[in-house]
Amino acid sequence: MPEMSLIEAIRDALDTEMEQDERVIVLGEDVGLHGGVFRATDGLQQRYGELRVIDTPLAELLIAGVAIGAAVNGLRPVAEMQFADFSFPAFDQIVSEAARWRYRTNGQQGIPLVIRMPYGAGIHGALYHSQSVEGFYAHVPGLRVVTPSTPYDAKGLLIAAIRDPDPVIFLEHKKAYRMVRGDVPEGSYTVALDQARVARGGQDLSVFAYGLMLHHCLEAAEVLAGEGIEAEVVDLRSLAPLDRDSILDSARKTGKVLVVYEDNKTLGLGAEVSALIGEEAFEWLDAPIMRLASPDIPAMPYNHAQEAWALPDTGKIVDAMRHLAGY
Amino acid sequence: MSGSDLDLVRAYRLMLLARLIDEREWMLNRQGKIPFLVSCQGQEATQVGMALALRPGVDHVLPYYRDLGLVLALGMTAQEIFMNLFAKADDPNSGGRQMPNHWGHPQWNIHSHSSPVATQIPHAAGVALASRIKGEDAVTLVTFGEGATSKGDFHEALNFAGIHHLPVIFACENNRYAISVPQVKQMAIENVADRAAAYGMAGEIVDGQDLLAVYEATRRAVDRARAGEGPTLLEAKTYRLVPHTSDDDDRRYRAREEVAEWKGRDPVVLFRDYLQAQGLWDGERDQALRQALFEEVTQAQKAAEAAPDPLPEQALQHVWYEG
Repeated sequence: MPEMSLIEAIRDALDTEMEQDERVIVLGEDVGLHGGVFRATDGLQQRYGELRVIDTPLAELLIAGVAIGAAVNGLRPVAEMQFADFSFPAFDQIVSEAARWRYRTNGQQGIPLVIRMPYGAGIHGALYHSQSVEGFYAHVPGLRVVTPSTPYDAKGLLIAAIRDPDPVIFLEHKKAYRMVRGDVPEGSYTVALDQARVARGGQDLSVFAYGLMLHHCLEAAEVLAGEGIEAEVVDLRSLAPLDRDSILDSARKTGKVLVVYEDNKTLGLGAEVSALIGEEAFEWLDAPIMRLASPDIPAMPYNHAQEAWALPDTGKIVDAMRHLAGY
Repeated sequence: MSGSDLDLVRAYRLMLLARLIDEREWMLNRQGKIPFLVSCQGQEATQVGMALALRPGVDHVLPYYRDLGLVLALGMTAQEIFMNLFAKADDPNSGGRQMPNHWGHPQWNIHSHSSPVATQIPHAAGVALASRIKGEDAVTLVTFGEGATSKGDFHEALNFAGIHHLPVIFACENNRYAISVPQVKQMAIENVADRAAAYGMAGEIVDGQDLLAVYEATRRAVDRARAGEGPTLLEAKTYRLVPHTSDDDDRRYRAREEVAEWKGRDPVVLFRDYLQAQGLWDGERDQALRQALFEEVTQAQKAAEAAPDPLPEQALQHVWYEG
């Protein structure tokens, strides 16, 4: 089984699906000749031609709108937003059009569309190349929002997203692109779009995370294991809809809950996970639910010290886990 | 008007049906039976003329909310329209979910649209792109008012369609007002179609009160699209004879003299007069047709009123695919 980086797994998934399903097209800014600014689509235009791998003008509303129309007419578009921060001009098309199409046609027609978005901070991307946008999209019934933390999941989730009959916002943490490596099977396989994964088993507390933060949480859990504290780390993977059963199972098992996310704290994923556990598993809790997130600032500063200060990291997670375990 | 291969009496019937349904909508609204409507009155020649140049169920159509005449001419029935107005479970457009006059009918390749204007224009470029990729000769027609041409959606879609020479017709029903805002406050030029040059596509202006002129201009655009000559920006100069919706009062922004002047160019009357001048029509036949359509509309209304509502809890259905 070949080892790949997360970005290589993304490219492998696109290649695999384009090879076996001629309805799959790729469109976005710089995705063709250039192969994408992160190289996610490198070589696809050479292999599948300009008709199926389309360099669009610099116009995000258009990318989403054209992809919706192509889906209406039988294709399986995979659109790329060059950075998740740039997806807001397309917000109306994604939220008011793609997400509502099945609902407003009373189930007669859906939009099988994937919109890939590199997101996340830690790469000196500043205010407009660092944002976590999952809170905006996960709020919208009709959209699926998923994010892989491993190359295996990246390929399997992306293939599942392309085959799914509904619009999927596919969030790829850009710092994880080359940092995270792992074994990836050749050929086609899928990972379920609506299931969390227990990345590390444990009895003493539950930590819920996704994307890059999942890896920081796993590192932190190893530190705590050295102190005799066994944390269970759950990779949410599906941010909308949430895998309620897996979240509640883990919370009930350990009775202590920490949610870690790099989005700003207020009304982020941590709010929904906390509320779910508060509503459904209150009697099992042995401590207040904790959230560790970025502060409520508009976006990441470019200055290195400020960015590092704002982001959750392994050290901060260790501190939070220790505090919770000792409660 | 000039001759053509059209079934002229059928075209007139469709325009008159649209008018009579629209008039009934206003009556139902004033009776408190439907909370809302969007009117097509004055734009029937534009809408029916465009539709008759297409192949229903083969070509793709992305309408806007004023297009009652267009969707009727493509195949929607009076009863389906009333099911939509009364928000009934079997409304083929949305099962009662959308406001009235928000169309969508997969059988006729009429694709669903929302309320914010111009949002359907990029979809049309995508539908046409898919036709190109699949190697089908279907043509896509998308309609919108001149108000929609102020939005970025319009620009981005026409720019893309021009680049790729897509088989799509951008059909502007220019009725001179974006609710209350006159064209002169929306754009610094006289014609929407003049913008075609900026997108590298054909632009054509047509008298929207003249059904045959609209039909023929649309046919030319269809022929260009099928011949691989790319998109057309087609502008029909027309007029909305009544307020924007049932909630609008157009006396606040339009002089009665202007409205009266355009009523003198009512497309339904103009076309009836044309048929009479051609010896194809007379007062007796007109009266008989009006009576028949009145009964058709009444039957459609009654059937729709009696049809079941969706169950309240069905509001939960079809958020995601349900198998």
